[in-house]
Amino acid sequence: MAHLSADNQQRAEAIVALYPERRSALVPLCHLAQAEEGHLTEEAMEDIATLCGISPAEVRGTASFYDMLHLEPVGKYVLAVCTNIACMLQGAYEVLEHAEATLGIRTGQTTPDGMFTIEEAECLAGCDQAVCVQVNHRFFGPVDEEGFDRLVDDLAAGRLEETVPPHGVLSRVSREVDLEAPAVGGEQV
Amino acid sequence: MLTDHPRIVSARVGAEDSHTLERFLATGGYEGLKKALSMTPEAVRAEVDAASLLGRGGAGFPAGRKWSMLREAPTKYLVVNGDESEPATFKDHMLIEHDPHQIVEGTIIAAYAIGAAQAFIYCRGEFALGLERLTRAVNDAYDEGALGREIFGSDFSIDLVVHPGAGAYICGDETGLIESLEGKRGFPRIKPPYFPAVIGLYGEPTVVNNVETMSNLPWIVLNGGAAFAALGQGSSTGTRLFALSGHVERPGWHEVEMSKTTFRDLIYGLGGGVRQGRDLKAFIPGGASSPWFFEEHLDMGLDQDEVGKAGSMLGSGSVVVMDETTCIVRAAWRITRFFQRESCGQCTPCREGSGWAEKVLRRIEDGSGREEDVELLVDLCDNISPGLGWPPKQTTICPLGPSIPQAPVSAIRRYRDEFLLHVKEGACPLPAGEVRHG
Repeated sequence: MAHLSADNQQRAEAIVALYPERRSALVPLCHLAQAEEGHLTEEAMEDIATLCGISPAEVRGTASFYDMLHLEPVGKYVLAVCTNIACMLQGAYEVLEHAEATLGIRTGQTTPDGMFTIEEAECLAGCDQAVCVQVNHRFFGPVDEEGFDRLVDDLAAGRLEETVPPHGVLSRVSREVDLEAPAVGGEQV
Repeated sequence: MLTDHPRIVSARVGAEDSHTLERFLATGGYEGLKKALSMTPEAVRAEVDAASLLGRGGAGFPAGRKWSMLREAPTKYLVVNGDESEPATFKDHMLIEHDPHQIVEGTIIAAYAIGAAQAFIYCRGEFALGLERLTRAVNDAYDEGALGREIFGSDFSIDLVVHPGAGAYICGDETGLIESLEGKRGFPRIKPPYFPAVIGLYGEPTVVNNVETMSNLPWIVLNGGAAFAALGQGSSTGTRLFALSGHVERPGWHEVEMSKTTFRDLIYGLGGGVRQGRDLKAFIPGGASSPWFFEEHLDMGLDQDEVGKAGSMLGSGSVVVMDETTCIVRAAWRITRFFQRESCGQCTPCREGSGWAEKVLRRIEDGSGREEDVELLVDLCDNISPGLGWPPKQTTICPLGPSIPQAPVSAIRRYRDEFLLHVKEGACPLPAGEVRHG
């Protein structure tokens, strides 16, 4: 089921309709596709290409520019440790090294059971909660070594499933309305 | 000094339900928009001009003037920049999560003032909760009649789309953001000819304004531009959010009156001072792209012109404090590494220069640096931004290039001896075990 689901195909068309030009929907559609499998599959990129009226290569070439879009499988939980200046000053590299040692993988890798991927993140705008860690783009902080262990335990035991959806699920709130104003290029200026 | 000013953009923040429509409506929400709709667009623009509202994104360009530069055309666009990614900046993130309706209201006011055909809020992709709250706010705003056809019974119609980013600092640059919104890589466009006000989104004239800039508009319309301009001093009017982080007792954001409040008020007053009573080694006054400040700058006001004259900028409103235990080389390295990772790669000085500078800084920090590395760093920085002056000269399409030299050059100018000590000792001289510097 690597193509977009029928449900998402419909949602995708609604997203395309929000923009004056189809290609603008590319990134939102990549997020939509990524929610299905946790990463962008070849088939999903073909679907997106058709929806945007461009080639699959253009979709891949654009998606590969963005850190959040994954062209390879990742873990159910992507643990992104910010190491930028504000977090580094509070010991972010110690937390990252601890994460690697605890999970037995290097940054960028995924645990063999497919549960966790570690990433070194650039500033996540959570600097008052340094060291800031995102799990599938949900914020946790301040996180120290012990806090990291608790976080991993909670995730592994399924205690955070309400807060942290599987990787790829970004906004769980969808737009409910189509465009309503008269067509763009119009009369109202 | 800390003044008794009104909270303009953060008034609702603190209430647990500050992001909901109910709270918003109970606290004056959409009153500014309703008043704006009773005025002419010209009158709304005049109030924003009178407020002298400086853009709150980083460049600090007057919002009213930006609007006035729009090319006349049948279709114009408004794009709100919520792609906050400048290291140590977390004020837009806070506004998006805690008062999304205020941003929506400000956006509609701006769209009305400039006659936009459609508006977009480009929200940083990593803000998952923010995206959920903004999306809900937009749904609610349609329900409420604030968006869509003939809003609040007026003859103005407007659609607003929340657009998620996907992780790229460069999309915070307004032309990179426009490319990204068009579904492409976020490659900044060369100016001229691609000034957004002339050739912007889909080639049409476009205003790109920051989230905090939008958040000020409801208050300005309700209270008048003059009331806003009465706060602050000179060209730095109103209040502004500052994000304080690093080695302070109490990191956090603060809305303060511009110009009258000083860095000392922010760091030592609101922030509780340097952690554990330690000495200040340096502080970053306006995001990773800004030259560093030191002890002697503490009594300077948070004033765009004053900080500019002193050789730095208020930038994105983020202040990072480094105490005496900070390894200055490592701090400069980490910021340089950020620019190296985030360079889009279009321009040689930025693409090659950032990587080269990062390598040199890393080897100095690792203890394998050479004595001539310090001069080498200064020289290659000078090639990225000739003269190493302020404001910096630009050899690249966008301002990411000239941002690269600011941290390393600040560090070398002030703490050259510490760089040389790394080289001489063949290791970072800061005592291990005592310092958590990574």
